[in-house]
Amino acid sequence: MAELAASELALLQERFDCLTERESADHLAVNCPAAKLVEFCTALRDNFGYDMLVDVTAVDWDAQSPRFTGIYHFLSLSKHEYLRVAVDCADDINPTLPSLCDLYAAANWHERETYDLMGIRYEGHPDLRRILMWDAYPYHPLRKDFPLAGIETPLPAADVAAQTGASVLPAPMMGGPFVSSGDGPMSQTEPRARDESWTEKKEKPTD
Amino acid sequence: MATTTKEFSIADANARAAEIESDVPGETMAINVGPSHPTTHGVLRLMMELDGDVIKKCDPVLGYLHRGDEKIAENMTYNQFVPYTDRLDYLAPLANNVAYAMAVEKLANLELPERCEAIRVLCCELARISSHLLGIGVYGMDAGAWTVFMYTFTEREKLYTLFEELTGARFTTSFTRIGGVARDIPDGWLGRVLEFCDGVLPVLDKVDKLLTRNRIFMDRTVGVGVISKEDAIAYGITGPNLRAAGVDLDLRKDKPYLGYDKYDFEVPVGTTGDCYDRYLMRAEEVRQSVSIVRQVIDNFPEGPYYAEEAKQIFAPPKAKVLTSMEELIQNFMIVTEGPQIPAGEVYFEAENPKGALGFYIVSKGGGVPYRLKIRGPSFCNLSILDKLIPGHYLTDITVILGSLDFVMGECDR
Repeated sequence: MAELAASELALLQERFDCLTERESADHLAVNCPAAKLVEFCTALRDNFGYDMLVDVTAVDWDAQSPRFTGIYHFLSLSKHEYLRVAVDCADDINPTLPSLCDLYAAANWHERETYDLMGIRYEGHPDLRRILMWDAYPYHPLRKDFPLAGIETPLPAADVAAQTGASVLPAPMMGGPFVSSGDGPMSQTEPRARDESWTEKKEKPTD
Repeated sequence: MATTTKEFSIADANARAAEIESDVPGETMAINVGPSHPTTHGVLRLMMELDGDVIKKCDPVLGYLHRGDEKIAENMTYNQFVPYTDRLDYLAPLANNVAYAMAVEKLANLELPERCEAIRVLCCELARISSHLLGIGVYGMDAGAWTVFMYTFTEREKLYTLFEELTGARFTTSFTRIGGVARDIPDGWLGRVLEFCDGVLPVLDKVDKLLTRNRIFMDRTVGVGVISKEDAIAYGITGPNLRAAGVDLDLRKDKPYLGYDKYDFEVPVGTTGDCYDRYLMRAEEVRQSVSIVRQVIDNFPEGPYYAEEAKQIFAPPKAKVLTSMEELIQNFMIVTEGPQIPAGEVYFEAENPKGALGFYIVSKGGGVPYRLKIRGPSFCNLSILDKLIPGHYLTDITVILGSLDFVMGECDR
């Protein structure tokens, strides 16, 4: 397994010297610069037999820079091996990545989802709309700076909101999942709700 | 006489009608199916443009069941997330529990004892049987064959009684823990599973007689909703829907986990990828699953049902916690801080009834995942809708959706 991955990596690197190996607990994983992504994935599909794009997602590294990393998982139907490709987004504030829609039809919805929840814009995507949240939703909820409780937002139905004055309210997770932080004095390590952006002791965030 | 024949010539009339029709500016009608509509098996919404009875455009709208599972996962320990996996594909919760636990264990590089693997294989295959029984039943019902649903639902009910006996819950089982399962199998349970297996095969034969050569069912499904091999691969379709299109991919065979390579079973593969093929796949998979269940029970291993060496991952059973100091501390640590999983990245896919359910986990160490991404097979299987549906009649929608056998719980997450 490990030998197979090493020889596969050597083959990939022979063709694309910009690739570096990425630490992984399972499959072969590589880092690829965003500028080379489309070219690399074209070769993956046409020359290396990775014919299936099974998953597209992204990770928000919070305070780190680069803050966002796009993650792609490919499956080869002939070799039955997975490949993980990680691409760092250069811009921390308006992250963008090239779209893979022209290569893999599966990328369409996956990229819409990642845009919706993580706020990464895929350049060249034919129809980059939100997919799970409603179209006018102002936030990207999977980002680390978005509180678990949520943020007050206008109702998706403007006419109902105008008549009732109602909005989508955050739901603090008090009494929700209990976790202990693990370090610090006893009084602070007792199990409590993890998200404390809004509790009865702390005021609701304003925006 | 010659003049009258010309007047009534049908071919001419058709050509005239076609000529007139082509001159009329095409007036299309917008129609909305769902989110609350029995055809959509949940809360899928289809915005369609119709020209007469033919669908010109289809835009699926998702998100009505979005609960933010991935965000929630980042805020709780690994074991606390198990109940949330029940609610992904809520027609096969046991299989989801297993897939999730396997992903975390892969990250922790944990070896499971044989008995635990055998219990999990039983869980997965029984979940597959129950999911496919429901899938075939409601599919038949969608096509107008009510009787099939009654037969398959009765069998599924028996299976749910077995699940209740094993896990304590009929529907939301939450049975796995990281490093094992919640409890060992009850006494005599294996015998009752075998009884169920004996009972389900005759029912499958009945379903076979009712549907497989049923003229109405075939008229409605053969050649309808054809997914080509190339499209199926490009759209990342998995499970029976992929195999119906003629692609031989079953992760149990091709990337064996849980010791699936020990069992002898066959993977049905279709030829045309139409709605009828997708029905045939599920019917045959139930038979294969019954065979796997029998093989597991024939050779059921003894030993512990959880990884005993994983002292920082699996909370010991209650009897030990109440009698031994060390186990009590271990239990306290795991319950409060979560199973201690090393830092790293992992992606694991399991062959679930609906397709490949994948978990991508990023850990920075400790008891809580840093990022957890769920790849729901139904999400990918539905992504082909905007290509698949146009060109079909409105009445084909029911059959196509029924044949795709999706669940919105894992689509919207």
